[in-house]
Amino acid sequence: MKLYELTIKKAHMLLKKKEISSRELTRAVLDRIDAVEKHVGAYITLDSEMALAQAKIADKEISQGNILPLTGIPMAIKDLMCTKGLRTTCASRILENFVPPYDATVVKKLKTQGAVIVGKSNMDEFAMGSSNEHSALKLTRNPWDLTRIPGGSSGGSAAAVAADMCIGSLGSDTGGSIRQPASHCGVVGMKPTYGRVSRFGLVAFASSLDQIGPLTKDVTDCAMVMNVISGYDSADSTSVPEDVPDYTSFLENDLKGMVVGIPKEYSAGKGLDPDVSDAVKNAVEKIQGMGAGCVEISLPHTEHAVAAYYVIAPSEASSNLARYDGVKYGYRDKTKENLMEMYKSTRSRGFGPEVQRRIILGTYSLSAGYYDAYYGKASQVRTLIIEDFKKAFEICDVILSPVAPTPAFKIGEMVDDPLTMYLSDIFTLSANLAGIPGISVPCGFSSKGLPIGLQIMAKHFDEGKLIKIAYNFEQATNFHKKKPNL
Amino acid sequence: MKITKQEVLHVANLARLDVDKVLIDKFAGQIGTILEYVDILKSVETQGVTPTSHAIFLTNAFREDDEKQSLDGDLALSNAPEKEDGNFIVPKVINS
Repeated sequence: MKLYELTIKKAHMLLKKKEISSRELTRAVLDRIDAVEKHVGAYITLDSEMALAQAKIADKEISQGNILPLTGIPMAIKDLMCTKGLRTTCASRILENFVPPYDATVVKKLKTQGAVIVGKSNMDEFAMGSSNEHSALKLTRNPWDLTRIPGGSSGGSAAAVAADMCIGSLGSDTGGSIRQPASHCGVVGMKPTYGRVSRFGLVAFASSLDQIGPLTKDVTDCAMVMNVISGYDSADSTSVPEDVPDYTSFLENDLKGMVVGIPKEYSAGKGLDPDVSDAVKNAVEKIQGMGAGCVEISLPHTEHAVAAYYVIAPSEASSNLARYDGVKYGYRDKTKENLMEMYKSTRSRGFGPEVQRRIILGTYSLSAGYYDAYYGKASQVRTLIIEDFKKAFEICDVILSPVAPTPAFKIGEMVDDPLTMYLSDIFTLSANLAGIPGISVPCGFSSKGLPIGLQIMAKHFDEGKLIKIAYNFEQATNFHKKKPNL
Repeated sequence: MKITKQEVLHVANLARLDVDKVLIDKFAGQIGTILEYVDILKSVETQGVTPTSHAIFLTNAFREDDEKQSLDGDLALSNAPEKEDGNFIVPKVINS
């Protein structure tokens, strides 16, 4: 096995036994990036010198017997988490040269562990998109089929893990942005409960929906990264002071007594690809076969969730993105002599079309005369969606569903049709509206050989159950072991 | 048409955007289609339903008003497009 193909767990064991060094592992990952980055395009910024310097420090710590689960492990960070001294662009022209003066809490936590930060991965601009095509700086391709999208918005993080260009990565999920690219790239991706992981230093898209989470090669690695990044942070007033369990304690083979719920609205979903439908059906049968009970549940407001989401998320975005005004940081059009003209020109040149579209949609939804009909109404429907989940979780532990209605689509296929692209988020965005956790775990391949993910969702702070079910399923299947040919 | 070109221009101005002229028609069409879709919300009965702006049970987060370390001034200004003597420089606001 090549070193870059290692999982976090295996690399950790080898580092601990001193059979490999972090420098060897990091070098192997950097060489792999050199070989395949021109095809995949996963990274916006790479810093191999810095990575090797971090690896050297990690090796020194390990030689002194100081090894933590992520010490010396090469990781990729989605380019919207602030990394002190390392450019953080949000894949936008407006932040193209932004060098953060501080680390996001999650980045600080990785650094405290002694993890090696290889680089910053590509994404849709300001995390707005499901394909990475809205990146203003780079095109990322799906490692399984280079003519297709990797998913989004954490497409670079997912592609980097799938193509072994890092050992694990961090992404963020506002409406499916970790789970959907994980599904399309055949890796494991978890969106934790809202408030489980600090958002301090995460560039805000929609503050009541955004959450950081891991993208990894398997469920064990997911649990290991969750252990590091979870927990209360006084710097994030929405982080929740709730005890964090040891997520690796859920990596055990026993599903007896667990009840999985199947939403009837999801199987009837319009545009559900037959390959996806079959793969998910087989996965449900497999999980039942391992001893879990199964019940049909109902989430009656599923269709309304897309509409509510595409009012709420752009509304929050329009407010959050007001800070990009060319004054404190980021791009400024210096040719304008009056303040108002400077604002407008800076923002119009700095933001790409999808970001401008969402700012306009959000501003419209919040403006006088339309607020009640759009933002107000959507916020009430959000309450009903939360009630739907509460009722469902009275009779089941977790909910199983597809992640995306189709496997990865072709680059350019939907770029001019925002509504159709938005509708492809139907299975994932409800979890963000309700704040509940969800995971995508590989559950099959389409007839064209494209990966398909199974989504598992649970109650607030029940990530342990997701890990348990996903781990049991993974142990019984080989989908996560297949690698793309690059 | 759910939203006119004039309305797009008006809202763009509120959001401090100077939308490219070639994009206005496209935006009006696309945003109109999205707004038409969003109209399915009207079919949901929401009389008396409390709106949600935050999905986790958490009220105000208070802490003691202690002095804490914050960013050094130079570092805070390190990304400013234009600065002088520890201040941000902006174009003239009031015309003399």
